[in-house]
Amino acid sequence: MSDATPHPQPVPRPEPQYATMDQQAEAASFGMWVFLATEVLFFGGMLLAYAWLRASHPDGVAEAGRHTKVVIGSVNTLVLLTSSLTMAWAVHAAEHGRRTALTRLLAVTALLGLLFLGLKGYEYHGEWAEHLVPGLNFQENGPHARTIELFYFLYFLLTGIHGIHVTIGIVLIAVMAVRARRGAFSAGYFTPVEVTGLYWHFVDIVWIFLYPLIYLAGRSGP
Amino acid sequence: MTTATVTGKPEEPVVATKNYLTEEGTTLRSWLLTRDHKRIAILYTLSLTVFFFVGGAAATLIRLNLVTPAGIFTPDIYNRLFTLHGIVMVWFFLIPSIPNTMGNFLIPLMIGAKDLAFPRLNLLSWYLYMGAGFLALFAILIGGVDTGWTFYTPFSSLYSNGYVVLALAAVFAVGFSSILTGLNFIVTTHRLRAPGMTWYRLPVFVWSNYATSVIMVLATPVLAITLLLVAVERLLRVGIFDPALGGDPLLFQHLFWFYSHPAVYIMILPGFGVISEIVPCFARKPLFGYKFVVWSSIAISVIGFFVWAHHMFVAGISLYAGLVFSLLSYVIAVPSAIKVFNWTATLHKGWISFDAPMLYALGFIGLFTIGGLTGLFVANLAFDVHVTDTYFVVAHFHYIMVGGMVSAYFGGLHYWWPKVTGRLYPEWWARIAALLIFFGFNLTFFPQFILGYLGMERRYYAYPPEFQAWNIFSSAGASVLAVGYVLPFFYLGWSLFRGKRAGSNPWAATGLEWKTPSPPPTHNFDRTPTVTRPPYQYRPEPEPQDV
Amino acid sequence: MGSLQLLPPTASSHAADMDWLFAALLGVSAFILLLVFGLMILFCVRYRKGSKVERGNRLGRTWRVEVAWTGLTFAAFLVLYFWGADLYVRIHSPPGEATDIYVVGKQWMWKIEHPGGQREIDTLHVPVGRPVRLVLTSQDVIHDFAIPAFRIRQDAVPGRYETLWFMPTEVGEYRLFCAEFCGTWHSRMGGTIVVMEPSDFQRWLDSQDPGPSLAQEGEALFRSYGCSGCHGGAGTVRAPRLEGLFGRPVPLEDGRTVIADDRYIRDSILMPKAEIAAGYPPVMPSFAGQIGEDDLLKLVAYIKSLADKTADSAERPAP
Repeated sequence: MSDATPHPQPVPRPEPQYATMDQQAEAASFGMWVFLATEVLFFGGMLLAYAWLRASHPDGVAEAGRHTKVVIGSVNTLVLLTSSLTMAWAVHAAEHGRRTALTRLLAVTALLGLLFLGLKGYEYHGEWAEHLVPGLNFQENGPHARTIELFYFLYFLLTGIHGIHVTIGIVLIAVMAVRARRGAFSAGYFTPVEVTGLYWHFVDIVWIFLYPLIYLAGRSGP
Repeated sequence: MTTATVTGKPEEPVVATKNYLTEEGTTLRSWLLTRDHKRIAILYTLSLTVFFFVGGAAATLIRLNLVTPAGIFTPDIYNRLFTLHGIVMVWFFLIPSIPNTMGNFLIPLMIGAKDLAFPRLNLLSWYLYMGAGFLALFAILIGGVDTGWTFYTPFSSLYSNGYVVLALAAVFAVGFSSILTGLNFIVTTHRLRAPGMTWYRLPVFVWSNYATSVIMVLATPVLAITLLLVAVERLLRVGIFDPALGGDPLLFQHLFWFYSHPAVYIMILPGFGVISEIVPCFARKPLFGYKFVVWSSIAISVIGFFVWAHHMFVAGISLYAGLVFSLLSYVIAVPSAIKVFNWTATLHKGWISFDAPMLYALGFIGLFTIGGLTGLFVANLAFDVHVTDTYFVVAHFHYIMVGGMVSAYFGGLHYWWPKVTGRLYPEWWARIAALLIFFGFNLTFFPQFILGYLGMERRYYAYPPEFQAWNIFSSAGASVLAVGYVLPFFYLGWSLFRGKRAGSNPWAATGLEWKTPSPPPTHNFDRTPTVTRPPYQYRPEPEPQDV
Repeated sequence: MGSLQLLPPTASSHAADMDWLFAALLGVSAFILLLVFGLMILFCVRYRKGSKVERGNRLGRTWRVEVAWTGLTFAAFLVLYFWGADLYVRIHSPPGEATDIYVVGKQWMWKIEHPGGQREIDTLHVPVGRPVRLVLTSQDVIHDFAIPAFRIRQDAVPGRYETLWFMPTEVGEYRLFCAEFCGTWHSRMGGTIVVMEPSDFQRWLDSQDPGPSLAQEGEALFRSYGCSGCHGGAGTVRAPRLEGLFGRPVPLEDGRTVIADDRYIRDSILMPKAEIAAGYPPVMPSFAGQIGEDDLLKLVAYIKSLADKTADSAERPAP
């Protein structure tokens, strides 16, 4: 890459409670790990509710699962996985102090995130049109109507909260991209990019769990 | 040891020029935007005091109502009062009490750090707490909530006519405040220890707060999501907790207690930490069995995640679930017992003095032992069938939460008061308050064990006349207890202005927090200390100095 | 003002067992408490600052002491655990000959129906010395049926049947409470348990408006809801016959086997697709929202009565 900057690299000083930048970086990334532990349990509560629903009404969940839009879901999975790749690549670029590459890769990651949200919104729109939104316009008859309503209730909750996480991630990545462009990071200092990357991978992993639970529930097995 | 500085005279110039209370300025703005963990601790202490008195006022009215069998208030008012009392005391006093005040103030000092790892997050946590607190008070003022602090569905989601969603939002928000605090403490303990401060040189107070933080970080999000589910169920009439909508109310109880039982340990573990600091200091002896005390805290925080269904022995769980959860509940009683034995053994062959913090600590050990032992009663499968949801349970958890945790809070408050303010509190007043609290507490809550066995149910605004005699004892005790709690407010307030200067180490205690001036400078230590010894290296008193 | 009572009345077969368990718990607790308090007070006095006693030879080898007191307390706790677990299992195992009485909680009353069709609200008459099994449910929120004199209680959960059994041992009147917070008048949702001599109880039963029995009412409902159209055997739709069903294992379509108990009958009415009997088409519509808790109980009672009716004719020919 062609971004050998002539002016001297900025050397940020640690905040007063840290002795060295290394110590600060370790604390930041450890803090993110602890935060992600919280997040796992946050989604865990909802997944327990899902497990309960599926265990007590297996047929209803299977039927509801067949209503989901598996094509959009699969494309979105691909989009998010790709964005994780570009994110990892961005962290790699940051490690080697390649500023332009870092900026571009972050921008691509954020755009992929936006694409995910756009597709998700399109999917929601379809579900609204099909009267699958519990509490607002749910209309479904048949023996499993109640279970389908509960399934969609959890679906909107899980994907909605995941969507909020994606949105926060996009904002963080955009901020990182702007800062990278301004030359805030160097091979010696890129902790914020690394921590943002951790968060983004987590958001991605949550989706990896949601995808089979939502889209494949009624389509798997005999 | 520099015990000679008790009079504090030599310290005065230091106090006047450079400490955290004045260094950053004294404007309101300098306080509201501070990142100093000590200032944030003060902000927390002030706001917690307000909530303690709000919750206490509700408790007073509850005890007043229960003086007569017919009750004084209408049932709707009474139901709102105990809900208010529960929500405020649990989430706005007990859970943040020791971690957010003393923990905030002392953890960096005790490990030799300049601040917590994430000072801005720490301030954000206080703002979340305040926002949540105002939301809760707002919900109370515009009409209140009548679900009890447990928010059981389907009553809370479909039947209650109170401002349930507002209250849920308040608890949701305060949950994030405690998650952020826990996260901060964990990272700080891992990453900011001074050179030589190995894990086994950490004071037990730090260990206890660490164990507490683990629970905060791992259990609170489950509460958050559970309350969110209830709120959506109430707003949209879809949900998975109401059988009429295809759901299951027991699922709510499982999720709720998955947080709320570990939350009991959030409330008591930091108290263990405070007692483990006070007892060695006033017995002038190292803590007996340091590693056992430490690991019992960790054991409690881990096993605490696997006992939640003991709240549901009569709720319709399976027989086998009952058998397993009861056994685990007996297992978790063991580490608590270990602590009590170790504190008692610490007294053996010591040089015990009875200053107010020690009185609170001894009171704590006594009351916590009673609370813990009655925990064996309610963890017992069959016995729980008779007493669950009665005043026996009420008395049991008040012995832990109030007899235990609030005693520890007051003990810690007095013990570190000189460090925080630079002033000594009036000793005799403090001893009187400690004794009043101990006796008032027992008079209030011991009769409730008997009431519970007789069959007086929880959350009753009116009760059969044969229960009145014990209720009068209880209410009488509550008035003594109230005096005990109000007293410190006055004499501690007085000492802020008139108390004797404390000096850096008035108790001749070990621990890094006593090695820096009182009040400490903004960044705690002028030079980062190096630690070479385990904690609690109290030496035998030299005889002549005592006499 | 009441006197300073210490124990509630002891009026059921569980009550004495519970009081013994209480005594055991108190004994162990008192021992530990006296030990801790005794040592604390002893140490506080003997080793107070300024007292001139020998303080050399402190306890070394702390882990031995630690292991000793940890092991001993845990052993004591285990004894208490097994004692309580044993009694809990007994509290939850009703004898076969127990009379079933149905209880529905609703804000803020207890509706009780005897097998003979007699109904009561907030009062339950039972004969002394005969085991009684309560089948509890709720129409709205969670309630709890608590009788301190019998030392038992059980939540009444909407959407579920919970059971509770007892055998009264003393004639008299005892208090009944709702123990799970259920709204404004929670404190007033109680009543009386009247324990009578069996002969008096029979007279009381006879003096009540007998009305149709629960099962008879259930039979009428069975027709009016159209259940008999398919389950009666005369219809064109092939549906499982319900005679001899209750209390027996039912093989399900998905390979599992369940016992046809109250819960199974109830769930099959409300959620027929959840547990389909093997070999039958899943065509039954759900009755959720159409049949109230009272009527459900009657239908269950009717289907239960069919179990006795055909037990001989259906099972005997086998050998």
